[in-house]
Amino acid sequence: MAKAHVYGNNIDTDRIIPGKYTKTLDLSALASHVMEDLDPAFNQRFVKGDIIVAGENFGCGSSREQAPLALKAAGVSLVIARYFARIFFRNAINIGLPVLEIPDHAIQSGDEIQFDLATGIVINATRKEEYKANQLPPVMLAIMQEGGLVPYLKKHKDFILS
Amino acid sequence: MQPQNISEKILSAHAGYPVYAGELCIVPVDGAMATDTTAPLAIKAFEEMGGERLAAPNIFHLIIDHAAPAPNERIANLHQLMRNFASKQQCALYDIGSGICHQVMVDHHTVKPGDIFMGADSHTPTYGALNAFACGVGSTDLAAVMLTGKIWLKVPQSIQVILHGQHLQPGVSAKDIALEVVKQLTISGATYQSVEYHGELLHHLTLSDRMVLCNMVAEMGAKTGIVSPEGLQLPYLFNPVFADKGAVYTRVLEIDAAALQPKIAIPHSPDDVHDVSTYIGTPITYGFIGTCTNGRLSDLQAAANILRGHTLAPGVRLVIAPASRQVLLDAMQDGTLQTLIASGASVINSGCGPCVGTHDGVPGNGEVVISAANRNFQGRMGNPNSKIYLASPATVAASVLAGCIALPK
Repeated sequence: MAKAHVYGNNIDTDRIIPGKYTKTLDLSALASHVMEDLDPAFNQRFVKGDIIVAGENFGCGSSREQAPLALKAAGVSLVIARYFARIFFRNAINIGLPVLEIPDHAIQSGDEIQFDLATGIVINATRKEEYKANQLPPVMLAIMQEGGLVPYLKKHKDFILS
Repeated sequence: MQPQNISEKILSAHAGYPVYAGELCIVPVDGAMATDTTAPLAIKAFEEMGGERLAAPNIFHLIIDHAAPAPNERIANLHQLMRNFASKQQCALYDIGSGICHQVMVDHHTVKPGDIFMGADSHTPTYGALNAFACGVGSTDLAAVMLTGKIWLKVPQSIQVILHGQHLQPGVSAKDIALEVVKQLTISGATYQSVEYHGELLHHLTLSDRMVLCNMVAEMGAKTGIVSPEGLQLPYLFNPVFADKGAVYTRVLEIDAAALQPKIAIPHSPDDVHDVSTYIGTPITYGFIGTCTNGRLSDLQAAANILRGHTLAPGVRLVIAPASRQVLLDAMQDGTLQTLIASGASVINSGCGPCVGTHDGVPGNGEVVISAANRNFQGRMGNPNSKIYLASPATVAASVLAGCIALPK
């Protein structure tokens, strides 16, 4: 089961991955600095497969796709937020980082979480609670199901709205 | 047909049928660009998608501005990757010194009223100043534009901001209006939405002023920002896009611009905005004027008017990054640069400079910076142990003279 690491509102992309580290194609280098300015001990505490749970507007600020890429490379299996900043949300789905929007939940740091991306059902095993994520627009759901926009376009060659 | 706001009109014209807020559409893109932060990943994704040729090389632009000239070997090699790609694909490449992507696209008349433009940089909505629909996207979305020439979008809901008044108070500029709007709408208040500027004041705003207003919609989470074309002057003929009477807005924000006082955003959030007067006397050691928000000729002139004949306060530095080569040339031509340098300012290459924390002026531990940029997130300028205040170029200039936060006279 995945452990939740909980953060607050308005976590900007500079705090997810500082600008000074973004100019690279080396994903493991990104992962080694993820969340560094927000939570310097992140890489010691985080176990691959764990999830990040945030408040409102997660990923605001820069358009840098290095933010979701750094989280994915660090082994983040899911990000839950009350809602996401729009560029981050598109980027995450495009690069295959699972994200779920759950406006109302009571997840605390350390809670054990199970989730099903296809249904958007999240179970908090620690608190014996169940939450349902907001549904994605069909085109985003299709991109997520293909594992990202690269495999989606490789397969379909073009966008399909429904 | 139902009345439409400006976003709905531009998206409908491109979709080929009427679209309204909340609907999904696929639209052709009139222009696209990526920078040295986002282009390498976009090129990689384009190739992984099986891309061999750009769908439309004439609409695609690469700009080396975020870490230019390259501060190290790793970034130098990414710049080489961009140059090689541009050469192979026969698309435009603006190399070091050309300027900040957004200023370059405007200086070169790349974006026109009514266009849809996708930029792999969050401040792409800046082109809304030109009455265009421009969004920031990530590298993979941009790769899809490179491959298909199109993008899928949800038609955004729109917030109407009405700017009342015919002039601003002395020492007040478009930056102070932008900060006031960010304060009122908050850092998340325009998420997924378009911020549409209207009102009497538009007749009295320059293109540079309009760019400032649209630039900072990114700090409210907006998808785009668009200025209604009243008062827009361009050196070519264009078809302006106006909102219909009765167009739908989720919220209307009215601002008495004529009464505004200089504003400042305090660390570490661009929406934590106050009157400069509340923070007078706060010591600073570093001023920065530049960026896609406030690195234009009028910004450098505003600073020069305050600094003329004076020198920086002891122990204070001022870094100036002209927004583009054209701005640099113009500021040389009219003596603005001479004035700034004589006052003790350091002028650096045209580009993003220290705004993205990669090079060209990273603050030290405990330092307090006053900057004309758009973001003051913790660590933004490369050091999480420094603090950044955001204000207009005039307020930055007044503050570096005083050695502490000061009102422009």
